[in-house]
Amino acid sequence: MTVTALLFASYAEALGSDRVELTLAGDSTVRDVVERLRAMPGGASLPATPLVAVNLTYAGADQRVESGDEVAIIPPVAGG
Amino acid sequence: MSVRTAIVRRAVDIAALLAEVKDTANGATVAFLGQVREVNDGRAVAGIEYSAYGEMAERELAAIASECAATFGTTHLVVEHRLGALDLGETSIAIVVAHPHRAAAYDASRFVIEEVKRRLPVWKREGYLDGTSEWVNAGGATQERPVQEQQS
Repeated sequence: MTVTALLFASYAEALGSDRVELTLAGDSTVRDVVERLRAMPGGASLPATPLVAVNLTYAGADQRVESGDEVAIIPPVAGG
Repeated sequence: MSVRTAIVRRAVDIAALLAEVKDTANGATVAFLGQVREVNDGRAVAGIEYSAYGEMAERELAAIASECAATFGTTHLVVEHRLGALDLGETSIAIVVAHPHRAAAYDASRFVIEEVKRRLPVWKREGYLDGTSEWVNAGGATQERPVQEQQS
């Protein structure tokens, strides 16, 4: 299956992209998505357990992902 | 009832926001403005570029407002968060809340800004007078997952 990983701010700069399509095994979790991104060039600067949102809602590392999901890796927020 | 939130890419018009919450039922109006400060962590700031996960930021800001309404009985609340390049002194966020009584108006205003700081997916790249720039908070510890109202 395929999910879309979204990267923002410092994480997008580190990986040189703000959007990565990933092909994963069927029973993958948020943790698997993060590990795949961390293995990419520049990905080492992502923390092992970053804040993640799946389809616009904050999600834990063990949450399963489904084909077509949008998995956003959220750097420490700095709004206001 | 007048509750509105928005992520905007233009200057905040505070007079328009004050007019939006005006209602004779309310005895108190509190306006909070977050503004670009000239010094951060000892460095001279030239400006800040705000960016966001736009779709989620809009949903999250709306969720914060509805939680605020449920918690404080706020019926008149407008919040605008600005994105893009801001100069010193410009307003990055405006929270305007009107309520029959001042205590709830202050509490509601404080609630909104603290939730925004905790969970709104917005980032800022601070530019300095020496020509360099850095992501604010990027080196910080990994955040814990914010508690978030489930949305249907």
